[in-house]
Amino acid sequence: MTQPNPQNGKSEFVLETHDLGIYYGNFRAVADVNIPVRRHKITAIIGPSGCGKSTLLRAFNRMNELFSGTRIEGSVTFEGQNLYDPSVDPVEVRYRIGMVFQKPNPFPKSIYENVAWGARIHGFKGDMDELVVSSLRQAALWDEVKDKLKQSGLALSGGQQQRLCIARALAVQPEVILMDEPASALDPIATLKIEELMQELKQNYTIVIVTHNMQQAARASDHTAMMMLTNGESRSGTVIEFDETNIIFTRPKDKRTEDYVTGRFG
Amino acid sequence: MIRKTFEHELQEVKDEILVLGSMVEQAILSSVDALKKRDLEAARNILKADRDINKKRFEIENKLMILIATQQPMAHDLRLLASSMEIISELERMGDYAKGIANINIRMGDQPLLKPLIDVPRMAQKDVDMLHRALTAFVEEDVKAAQAIPMEDDEVDALYNQVYRELMTFVIADPKAIERANWLLWVAHNLERVADRVTNICERTVFIVTGEMSEIKNSDDEFWKKRNEA
Repeated sequence: MTQPNPQNGKSEFVLETHDLGIYYGNFRAVADVNIPVRRHKITAIIGPSGCGKSTLLRAFNRMNELFSGTRIEGSVTFEGQNLYDPSVDPVEVRYRIGMVFQKPNPFPKSIYENVAWGARIHGFKGDMDELVVSSLRQAALWDEVKDKLKQSGLALSGGQQQRLCIARALAVQPEVILMDEPASALDPIATLKIEELMQELKQNYTIVIVTHNMQQAARASDHTAMMMLTNGESRSGTVIEFDETNIIFTRPKDKRTEDYVTGRFG
Repeated sequence: MIRKTFEHELQEVKDEILVLGSMVEQAILSSVDALKKRDLEAARNILKADRDINKKRFEIENKLMILIATQQPMAHDLRLLASSMEIISELERMGDYAKGIANINIRMGDQPLLKPLIDVPRMAQKDVDMLHRALTAFVEEDVKAAQAIPMEDDEVDALYNQVYRELMTFVIADPKAIERANWLLWVAHNLERVADRVTNICERTVFIVTGEMSEIKNSDDEFWKKRNEA
């Protein structure tokens, strides 16, 4: 399945799940997921509420472990290496695979400190000013905040706060950015800004996004994973269809995907 | 069922396309009938009716545009709306063929027909019959019918070839008949094209249901192949 990239010898797939199941205690929330995440592409995860989209996303940087009683079966590989191998440090994983959440959650600190914080505790030794500026530029926020870096991050608008959180994630120089409904709390213009930003960011990063907004998945992503609860006694979420976004939204193969993307689910 | 309103609007689009289709069917039949009877008044009415066809097409197009903008259709719905856009333009062009026949009728003025029309009305009848069933297949999303109808294009082509050969014998016998033969040849050619456009409609129906975009039958190529063999 993995295709070596002739340019740098790296696989086309940054992340891959292999028969991935995710448990909260005895409850299997997600089952049998086998999907690739392609390098420098945006992969969207869509599906109805409660089907395990966020749980799957958090499995990509071992964020689920922050809740007690979670465990996985199968594996997730990152650059070919098993993320859940006992020798792997989950904190290191979260540096290399960053995350942006549904609600912007800047720290009650200055804009500058919000961006510098992660890099500093990660032991960043370079030019911090330069890192802050370049992260804010990459997050398309620099022009709006360059004159007020000492102001509190909480004084920004919701859309600006979300881009600040993206800048903060970028400052630790991750390879992958996971986004959990990054625009659901934003107005349409701020949403489009985030989507435009994602297109810029994918030149240098790989992005996985969970979204409730199908138009957003259709507009912004290259590949789409459609999740749904399986029938049967233990209702777990699983990926029922994975394909290029263009195909998922114009001629999906699975009837359930068709019903969901045309709004006839339920 | 969620999206009841949208569902209803999709059905309305199909109904409107059926209305447009019946206007076009009517135009094709009356254009040939008017020619057969050399009824210039009827021919002028067809020109008027063509403006109504164009108007109807724009109305449907506008409705489709609004649905696309406001409902953000996906998958089957998107294929249906995008294909409807194509289908109404095919229908509008078929209307133009009928208008073309009416115009020829008017241009012929008081000159009599070179010969009584026999195969030309047959072509029109066959066209309208195919068109009617193609639109039914579209509304019912009947892939089998949509794939079968284009095969009947051969009959229209055969009639066209027959008309062509017959007209040539007139021209050979009397070169002064060239203009009047040419008029009828244009008429037959227009009717031959109608059947090709029916094929296009059928291809869209297959696409709506299956998502596969492909040619059922390349009527043009086959037409010229047979022509050369003849």
